[in-house]
Amino acid sequence: MNRKIKKLMNEAIASQYFSFFVTVILFIVLYGVGIMTYKGFVRPQVFFNLFIDNASLIIVTVGVTFTLLIGGIDLSVGAVVALCCMILAVLLEHTAIPFVLAVIGVLLLGIVFGAIQGYLITAFNMQPFIITLAGMFFCRGLTAVISRETISITNPMYVAIASERIDVFGLGFVSIGAGVALVTLIIAAILLKYTKIGRTIFAIGGNEGSASLMGLPVFKTKVLVYTISGFCAALGGVVYSWIMLSGYPLHGLGMEMDAIASSVIGGTLLTGGVGFIPGTLFGVLIQGVILTFITFQGTLSAWWTKIVVGALLCIFIIMQALITERKSKISSKSSMQVTENKAAETK
Amino acid sequence: MGKLKGLTSSSLFLPLVALAALLLFNIIFVDGFLHIEMTEDGMLYGRLIDILNRSSSLIILSLGMTFVIATSGIDISVGAVVAISSAVVCTLIGGRSDGAAETPMVLAMLAAVGAGVLCGAWNGILVAKFKIQAVVATLILMTAGRGVAQLMTSGQIITVYYKPFSYIGGSIPGNVLPTTIFIVVAMVLLVAFLMKKTSIGLFVQSVGINPTASRFAGINVTMVIFLVYAFSGLCAGVSGLIESSLIRAADANNAGLNMEMDAILAVALGGTLLSGGKFYIGGSVIGAITIQTLTTTMYAIGIASDQLPVIKAIAVIILCLIQSKRFQAMFNEWKNRRNSHKDLSMAEKAVDKV
Repeated sequence: MNRKIKKLMNEAIASQYFSFFVTVILFIVLYGVGIMTYKGFVRPQVFFNLFIDNASLIIVTVGVTFTLLIGGIDLSVGAVVALCCMILAVLLEHTAIPFVLAVIGVLLLGIVFGAIQGYLITAFNMQPFIITLAGMFFCRGLTAVISRETISITNPMYVAIASERIDVFGLGFVSIGAGVALVTLIIAAILLKYTKIGRTIFAIGGNEGSASLMGLPVFKTKVLVYTISGFCAALGGVVYSWIMLSGYPLHGLGMEMDAIASSVIGGTLLTGGVGFIPGTLFGVLIQGVILTFITFQGTLSAWWTKIVVGALLCIFIIMQALITERKSKISSKSSMQVTENKAAETK
Repeated sequence: MGKLKGLTSSSLFLPLVALAALLLFNIIFVDGFLHIEMTEDGMLYGRLIDILNRSSSLIILSLGMTFVIATSGIDISVGAVVAISSAVVCTLIGGRSDGAAETPMVLAMLAAVGAGVLCGAWNGILVAKFKIQAVVATLILMTAGRGVAQLMTSGQIITVYYKPFSYIGGSIPGNVLPTTIFIVVAMVLLVAFLMKKTSIGLFVQSVGINPTASRFAGINVTMVIFLVYAFSGLCAGVSGLIESSLIRAADANNAGLNMEMDAILAVALGGTLLSGGKFYIGGSVIGAITIQTLTTTMYAIGIASDQLPVIKAIAVIILCLIQSKRFQAMFNEWKNRRNSHKDLSMAEKAVDKV
């Protein structure tokens, strides 16, 4: 009996989705505690607000997950969000460019920026964190060069889109941003699971050398991954501007950390090759719940979120390290058993 | 020609040339750059002294960062650790308006440096023991660290009125030069002593080049990596003292902001490869002074502090390109092709003449 449980445990730990299950259970527990502690928590709108408030973080996290999957990292996303908000604000307030063109322009900027980062990293074999760290400083600085003051967005069409509410089965409402976030999640999940590109990404994350020996387009895919991350950051920036309705050099400060934390909490291995898009969503939602707790509590300060998220990230990373160690032990054990069995058979 | 080549391939060539170019720019365009005068209370005063004074905390940070990068790691939490250290020292001394200290200053300083070492040790455990990538392990402290610092100061800026506290960043009465210069010299001497008299430098370098081979050679790799991060924490702690003493306050949001980038830039400029291995302490020191000169120059020509990162980011990317082997290979190929083109066209000309 005991052995059976142990075997089950080992199987669960060895499962690719172990982190994901832990995250989902953690989310349900946190939400349950919230419902029991605070009166207003049970309203469906509280749940929908998680999506409304974290729409841009969800989109950015999807992009970061792609880079983590190939064993890279993108630290520039928060700064790209700030830059996009600022450019949108300037274009809408100081020029007569229609907002659709402005949004498309910003998205193109994200794509180009991501592609340049990806090209530098891949073509010259440079460490991703140093290039994207430089990218982060570049975008943050550029935002301040454009304007050091807050620019509010007052374009009536734009404000209307930002405050549009979509009814959900009469239970509550979500914003357009939340809808965009969900669509991004679904597209990303399909892209990773069912397409050639998705499989190539996982292969590169597993072992870049082998992937390249198998004849997979490693160079193209790596550049593409950073391009996707840049695009997601820009899209996140557009959604962020719907919430903030302004451009400001300090928008999205520390967002890269939140995104990486969400992705890791959602089960993405930092060494690459393992990750799950729905897990990413729950990673963001857990952070959202913590923030909601702090809002409901009222006396706690905002910096507690950072400390709690840092602690959570730390726990999950250490858990990952331990799991990886355990897994390699289990697999080496089983392979030894197999060879023993084979040896017995041949005898 | 051979001599010139030896000179340009020296590790100190690039930072020294950059520094010389910046100084030349300053001397030509900034009024009174070389001017040094004595103030009434017997202190030297001038732009050059100011640069040296301001670059002190960056030099100390890049000392720690050099070792971390030499083991092919990175420590992006140093800015946050600077904030923690300055929060500790200011909270312990206290912001009493009558100018008295709540805790003896020496104790408060030791506690601040201790907090820095603790943060570094935490990074070290994550990287060395749990084998987490250095970027991510230190990213935790980079963000959570400022939260911790804000927790200590309860979100306020604590201003210290205790007089001797300003001596760290300023100067001790009766002393001509700023105290920071003595702190830097002491730290550099300590590191130089460790390099010359012990084999730590060799260990660090071998871990950076190949950790597995180093382990088989009998080096305690885990210990070396742990110590390197702890030392980086110590350096950040000392920097925190200087930074908070310069403004006589603890500002959890802005203390040491963007300093991790400056430190990495200084190390890269000093010739240490970001992929680890061989490292140059002297290069890092000169690199740090160069970066500070760049910052001061930019301020002098009217660029705001939050716009400055654009220039530094471009500098980092160019430095990385220069260091990149593939880029060097591409550059050489391009040069060869151009040369062969030249040869070809010359041959064609020769044929034409004939």
